[in-house]
Amino acid sequence: MAVVFDRPHALLDVPFHYCPGCTHGIVHRLVAEVIDELGIEGKTVGIAPVGCSVMAYDYFACDMIEAAHGRAPAVATGVKRAYPNDLIVFTYQGDGDLASIGTAETVHAAARNENITVIFINNAIYGMTGGQMAPTSLPGQVTQTSPYGRDPKACGYPVKICEMLSELEGPEYLERVTVNSVKNVMNAKKAIKKAFQNQIDGKGFSLIEVVSSCPTNWGMTPKDALKWIDDHMLPYYPLGVYKDRSAGIDKFAKKEG
Amino acid sequence: MSEKVLMKGNEAIAEAAILAGCRHYFGYPITPQTEIAAYMAKRMPKIGGTFLQAESEIAAINMVYGVASAGKRVMTSSSSPGISLKGEGISYLAGTDLPAVIVNAQRGGPGLGGIQPSQSDYFQATRGGGHGDYHIIVLAPSSVQEMAQLTIKAFELADEYLMPAMILADGTTGQMMEPVSFDFEIKEPPAKPWATTGTKGERRHNIANSLYLDPEKLERINNERFARYEIIKEKEQLAEEYLTEDAEIVVTGFGIAARIARNAVDEARAQGIKAGLIRPITLWPFPDKVYKKALKTAKRFISVELSMGQMIEDVKLATECKVPVSLCYRVGGMIPTPAQVLEAIKQAAKEVK
Ligand SMILES: Cc1ncc(C[n+]2csc(CCOP(=O)(O)OP(=O)(O)O)c2C)c(N)n1
Ligand code: SF4
Ligand SMILES: [Mg+2]
Repeated sequence: MAVVFDRPHALLDVPFHYCPGCTHGIVHRLVAEVIDELGIEGKTVGIAPVGCSVMAYDYFACDMIEAAHGRAPAVATGVKRAYPNDLIVFTYQGDGDLASIGTAETVHAAARNENITVIFINNAIYGMTGGQMAPTSLPGQVTQTSPYGRDPKACGYPVKICEMLSELEGPEYLERVTVNSVKNVMNAKKAIKKAFQNQIDGKGFSLIEVVSSCPTNWGMTPKDALKWIDDHMLPYYPLGVYKDRSAGIDKFAKKEG
Repeated sequence: MSEKVLMKGNEAIAEAAILAGCRHYFGYPITPQTEIAAYMAKRMPKIGGTFLQAESEIAAINMVYGVASAGKRVMTSSSSPGISLKGEGISYLAGTDLPAVIVNAQRGGPGLGGIQPSQSDYFQATRGGGHGDYHIIVLAPSSVQEMAQLTIKAFELADEYLMPAMILADGTTGQMMEPVSFDFEIKEPPAKPWATTGTKGERRHNIANSLYLDPEKLERINNERFARYEIIKEKEQLAEEYLTEDAEIVVTGFGIAARIARNAVDEARAQGIKAGLIRPITLWPFPDKVYKKALKTAKRFISVELSMGQMIEDVKLATECKVPVSLCYRVGGMIPTPAQVLEAIKQAAKEVK
């Protein structure tokens, strides 16, 4: 019998610790498949964040570094500057990590057009610490630290990373994808592959925001959580390419021109 | 052959780092260490290295973490408030057993403090500075020549013991100009098979990490690290002893404080007082052996500091409080004068009579 669904080589044979139905697992797999397809496992260094995916360093077969909370883009900058031509460097970060405590590192790595690949898991919650409000939690969203629903008057509005970074001249490629259907998973993989290919081609900073689910802290079944992405997350976080300088999708250039 | 050039202390640090093979420097502007960044900004592009002005000290120390993980020599520099921001990153370096060199040109604190010289980050440096049980190697230069020499030593010790090393300087030693020779023998850095430089399909992945969710394992790793610290304490203590063989009054201080104290000791000797000086060069490991040795004749120690009295605690520990230890200090960017130290020596001499 032909094997049709095998573990990518870039993922080690280690069981994930993720909750059932968590989309972290899907995105890990996509990243690993892309690493396999591009044949770069031996020269890739991944940077794990602080968050549910902290132990990504145990799962990916390439060399891995565990960064302090929010600092993965700075750590990636160091690695890439140490071996600009020999290593492919990616970070894998949650929303608390990338869009709250690490906002400065994210913005400035993008502004420098640092030649790295960033995988951004936006699940609108602090998963690992048990479901607190994230910078990306939706208005009205009930979390442990917004028990009456996120009130923008008191705690501000969600941070839209792709929109925000697209205002910068620096970054090469920004796309928002999701993984709540087969079609969307295929699109997500295409985007992730392009984000790695850009780095191989020396084009610079690529960030893929993956609108994700956290069934455990959203208090939903995995299936309901995927539907919640469609009904609530995507209207607030529209999918699409926010910047692709090489393809001429460049808000900054338009403004200048 | 040792041709000497006239240089500022901060520039000597930068040039020595380059000599030691450091090709990656990350910093953020702050007085009084800016000459290091400026020097690196000029030199690094010319020698194929990286100078990067980071968005913050936090980012800078994490860039350092990245280069250190990848196994290359790397340095950052800052001054007191910036070093506080690096605290988490230094703790991560220590917890991951990564070598890196950090320079602190100390200024007065707490808070934004001032921009004049200080030694009030002694506790922060010698106790680790960030969270968790750890130490970093702390070297205290007191001349421009030593700024260069100890920078090279910092890289070597960091690599040998797999831990961060700090040059604990201050505004004065950084700014003063003295002739310096760069006639150093540079050892080849050791191999770093643990570095995250890509598996090349030839080995299992390397992981640079400080997370251990299994408490037994984390305890074991801490114990192993501290066993290494014991070796360092045994092997790497460094101090200068000046006229201590028969000294009854032993003045002690590091960096700029030692230069002032030395003048006072000379003057005290001229006046017939048996004074001597111990100048710690390694602040961690603290050179307790020379203090114990000085106890043979010492009736009193005087700790000269640009702080409210921090190193004095280590002097008391080293001497097991067998004789009194007093403090002679100025803070806030003020510097003790030789006359002030001499006065303290004369007072002590009177008391021990
Ligand atoms: C400096 C610091 N602050 C806080 C924490 C605690 N902490 C661990 S994970 C986390 C939130 C992670 O949320 P996110 O980045 O959204 O990742 P997720 O778990 O949702 O994937 C926090 C606040 C920490 N480890 N370090
Ligand atoms: S808490 Fe949420 S994000 Fe974390 S593993 Fe579980 S489902 Fe995934
Ligand atoms: Mg999250």
